[in-house]
Amino acid sequence: MLLQRKQRDWQSLFFTGATGLATAVIVAMVVIIVGNIAWNGAAQVSLRFIFGGTEEGMFDAHRAGIFPMIFGTVALVLLMTIGVVPVGVITAIYLTEYAREDRAITRVIRGAINNLAGVPSIVFGLFGLGFFVQFVGGGIDKALYDGALHFGKPTILWAAATMAVLTMPVVIVATEEALKAVPKGLREASLALGATKLKTIWRIVLPQALPGVLTGGILAVSRGAGEVAPIMFTGAAYYLAHLPTNLTDQFMELGYHIFVLSTQSPDIERTKPILFGTVLVLVALTFLLNLLAIVVRAKMRARLRLAHG
Amino acid sequence: MIFLIFAFVGREALPVILGKTNSARAQKPIAAADIPQLSADQLAQYIGVNETELKSYDADTVRTLVELKAEELQQNVNPDAGINAASWGMMFRPHQWFGYDKAEYIWQPVSEIPKYNLVPLILGSLKATLVALLVSVPLGVGAAIYVSQLAHPKWREVIKPAIELLSGIPSVVLGFFALIVLATVLQVLCGYHSRLNVFVAGVALGLAVIPIVFTISEDALTSVPRSYAQAALALGASRWQVAWQIVLPAAIPGVFAACVLGFGRAIGETMIVLMASGNATIVSASIFDSCRTMTATIAAELAEVVFGGDHYRILFLIGALLFVVTFIANLVGELVVHRLKARLEGRG
Repeated sequence: MLLQRKQRDWQSLFFTGATGLATAVIVAMVVIIVGNIAWNGAAQVSLRFIFGGTEEGMFDAHRAGIFPMIFGTVALVLLMTIGVVPVGVITAIYLTEYAREDRAITRVIRGAINNLAGVPSIVFGLFGLGFFVQFVGGGIDKALYDGALHFGKPTILWAAATMAVLTMPVVIVATEEALKAVPKGLREASLALGATKLKTIWRIVLPQALPGVLTGGILAVSRGAGEVAPIMFTGAAYYLAHLPTNLTDQFMELGYHIFVLSTQSPDIERTKPILFGTVLVLVALTFLLNLLAIVVRAKMRARLRLAHG
Repeated sequence: MIFLIFAFVGREALPVILGKTNSARAQKPIAAADIPQLSADQLAQYIGVNETELKSYDADTVRTLVELKAEELQQNVNPDAGINAASWGMMFRPHQWFGYDKAEYIWQPVSEIPKYNLVPLILGSLKATLVALLVSVPLGVGAAIYVSQLAHPKWREVIKPAIELLSGIPSVVLGFFALIVLATVLQVLCGYHSRLNVFVAGVALGLAVIPIVFTISEDALTSVPRSYAQAALALGASRWQVAWQIVLPAAIPGVFAACVLGFGRAIGETMIVLMASGNATIVSASIFDSCRTMTATIAAELAEVVFGGDHYRILFLIGALLFVVTFIANLVGELVVHRLKARLEGRG
């Protein structure tokens, strides 16, 4: 009995140690990656680096800047947000307010949205090229410009559209969560006062769910800023002398720039500082956005708890 | 939307799927006497000019061009020129190409005779994914058990966000890290030959998959009712025994789903393998060789192909394959999680 007990203790200790070690390894790797990037990147990041252009050499650490890429990334995610938020919110409203859970079509839509989140990002790139660039863009060119190339080529517009499709599930899920959290009493009160269903949603439910919509938007932006594969064929450029000025221009982007620098540089040792700097900017950007989303969501939950009393 | 995606990726790949493409480079020489029997566009295609140009030539010029072409065709004969490499057989079975000693799987889309064998790419994807799962499943599931069952609640609040932070790191950054830092460190540690290989890519890929495996397993483990664990603890079991013998078996479908979803993520990941795997299309069993995955092939080659050509269509076919594989993986994963939730909540 005593022996058995002792054996059990050892076993317990051993396995607790093993799983604890697994956890420690993961956490250590996170710390190493983030620390490494922060440490090496901080040496490069300066005001000149952030606001400088690439005119004086793209691969030279002392002169290259990344402003065009930051500009491109911001333009891309803004365009993407304009596309993804309205469509995502309308879909979420349909799913929570109108769709009946027991209907097969609702289940199919839900399954499709869940699966959309798992489609490889490179497939989105192929889709963007096949659908937006060739089908839609080519179609517009044929109809409006008599076949001259305006929209039927990779542009920032199509890159943003592709990215909007990619980030759609994020917005839908976040918005749905927010809509479900709105107390039923509010809806019923509004309906009882004679408001139509549409009016109730527009004036009562949506304002209440706004932080959730915001969270979804921020998370989508953070996801969009980090994805590279979907924009490789739909609009990102290796190098451009000018900032994009209209929707049919190509653009440079932070993530794509990291890829270009780390695989195409003629002298990797000299490019390394720029790379670390660019990576730090991108990681800081996505982390800040994620943090913002977490804070907004926490505030919303706290308020809801108060409302529910 | 998802149907639209499949429709449009599939649409571009359709001619290949139906076996309508023909990448054969060989053309039969046409005798000058046959010229009148050919239509204008056949003739134009044969000589390699467009129809309006053809119309501007007189009969003698056309005859000379046809004769020249016939001579040219006779001079460079490659015995493989008549093979349609874009057919199903050539895409999946080995073939002994001209100049090779034995039948091999070869992906060489831009050589004189294009070779579109998908086996090296599929093998590359599977190898990288396998390494990624070998890294991420033990770590992810181990950490999930620790965090959900054994760790002090105070620690839990620190560890969970730290691991979820990993999912916030863009994949291009992980790829960069693997390429610049990890590759060098692992080469020094393991002492293998080529610096970028399946192992480096797989480890980096594992980092990308860990958050998924961890989050889903942790979710499944936490959703096991407390009463199970309390009953076992009351009978005198240690915390570890409860975790291993009571909670884990109850949540095992969730852990399985985590692996399946992790697989889907790993096989579809592009930037990491594109940057860290070395991208050579080698068919071998070793994980210390360089490899080329399906995703990396699309990313690296799509920018340079002729729109609507065989190569372009085959890249879309690879995309469609990826789509189908991840779709099935996600579907299975979602179903298992759904069933498990329903059962643990006592509805099933």
